Amino acid sequence: MRKQKHRNVLPCFGITFGFTTAYIGLIVLLPLAFLVLRTTSLTWQEFAKIVVSPQVAASYKLTLGASFLAAVINAIFGFIVAWSLVRYKFPCRRLIDAIVDLPFAMPTAVSGIALTAVCAPNGWIGGITKSFGLKIAYTQLGVLVALTFIGLPFVIRTLQPTLEDIDKEIEEAAESLGATKFQIFTRIILPSLLPSLATGFTLAFARAIGEYGSVVFISGNIAYKTEITPLLIVAKLEAFDYAGATAISLMLLLMSFVLMLIINSLQFYGQKFK
Amino acid sequence: MKKIVPVILVLITFFYLGLFLILPLSAIFVEAFRKGFEVYVNSFKDEYAWSAIKLTLLTAGIAVPLNVIFGVSAAWCITKFEFRGKNILITLIDLPFAISPVVAGLIFVLIFGQQTTFGAWLLSHNIKVIFAVPGLVLATIFVTFPFVVRELIPLMQEQGKIEEEAAVSLGAGGWSIFWRVTLPNIKWGLLYGVILCNARAMGEFGAVSVVSGHIRGETNTIPLYIQTVYDGYSAGSSAFAMATLLAALALVTLVVKSFIEWKVKHHER
Repeated sequence: MRKQKHRNVLPCFGITFGFTTAYIGLIVLLPLAFLVLRTTSLTWQEFAKIVVSPQVAASYKLTLGASFLAAVINAIFGFIVAWSLVRYKFPCRRLIDAIVDLPFAMPTAVSGIALTAVCAPNGWIGGITKSFGLKIAYTQLGVLVALTFIGLPFVIRTLQPTLEDIDKEIEEAAESLGATKFQIFTRIILPSLLPSLATGFTLAFARAIGEYGSVVFISGNIAYKTEITPLLIVAKLEAFDYAGATAISLMLLLMSFVLMLIINSLQFYGQKFK
Repeated sequence: MKKIVPVILVLITFFYLGLFLILPLSAIFVEAFRKGFEVYVNSFKDEYAWSAIKLTLLTAGIAVPLNVIFGVSAAWCITKFEFRGKNILITLIDLPFAISPVVAGLIFVLIFGQQTTFGAWLLSHNIKVIFAVPGLVLATIFVTFPFVVRELIPLMQEQGKIEEEAAVSLGAGGWSIFWRVTLPNIKWGLLYGVILCNARAMGEFGAVSVVSGHIRGETNTIPLYIQTVYDGYSAGSSAFAMATLLAALALVTLVVKSFIEWKVKHHER
């Protein structure tokens, strides 16, 4: 602390540091510790029985599968959107750029009922697909639509700054050396974008796994078919089964933390090779 | 060939964002006004709708200022000082992003619920946290606290501490350094952080839904009220009418963000 004073003349380190750690401790760490503590009150057998029961297992499959697929869709289309926004000039570009953040700013419940209205059999899109015999709302496809919506900004927002940073001279140099467009794309552009693309993908994936509000309206919550894992936690809580809710939550937390770890190592990798 | 690729890519962009963003957004307003303007206005005359609006304002009114104070203080000590464990602190700040809102709500039920000894003790002293306003505020604080500090850290890191050090050498105290040197530099970032935090606080659904108990007129915030009305089927359009309030808030947030980005870009030039 004394060394600190010699090097740094700015005031208020102690009070701001103390307040910050106390706030985080009280609001985040203490409650989380409680959650883990509560699970230890279950025996291992009880815990295992809850987290691999058929209904819960079906929800993992849907949650992970739909989240992954949604992240894939967002990676592909997000790439195209980010590319168009950075490289091309077209009408309404500023407006389009601004509206990309809509899923961040829109409350999930509002997104949920809006997507349901569009995709329901009497909705704009649902009505069209119904004539092909395809139902979106109240099926697993509806879950996919909701998760794609809420993950949409991540890939675009992580790719944009990296795309802007790419030196166009390198591409021009490659072109002058006789590289085809395809070669320039796969050998120069894609490798330098890969860390950001992977980060955006994982962020969208992680966000989708925990999502609740936008999904519950459109999924219809049919047991074994369209129940996502967060919904099961709520269902257990409403039945006052606190042990069950806690056990499933711990599994969900585990999945998110593994993904967070991947994101952090990707960002580290990306910075190292800049 | 050369010109056809950009055209296709831009068309895909329009199609994708139109399908996933513009269509749902328009659907909210179309559904809200489906039965006419009068029905729309009448949706807000419901007594429970009013109490939901008031409760949402109250919750955000407590959670947002607390998170602003936390955000400024955390950003100050993280960007202006070097200390051990800084990266751990930054990771902890990001933690709520990684936690499902439902789980965030659950942890407060596990601490303060009536089934716990602590919760039962509080209740015997007439303090209700879960299924009451304090629980809503706690859950909202948890879910929204990274937003302000996340906006401030990169901004203050970029600006360094030379100006503040100059102020110290001229004899300024901590308070006047903050008001006269730091705040003018970070005001746009701070404003955006506050507005984003507020939009999320007013719109939070998952965490709040777990701790609220959905008591009409008492613990229903706007998003919970929307769910109650929507599931009731009796007046679907009034669920969408309330949703237009939050959708408008989201649009305002986006406009402010674009304005600030434009402002910062102009300022740099």
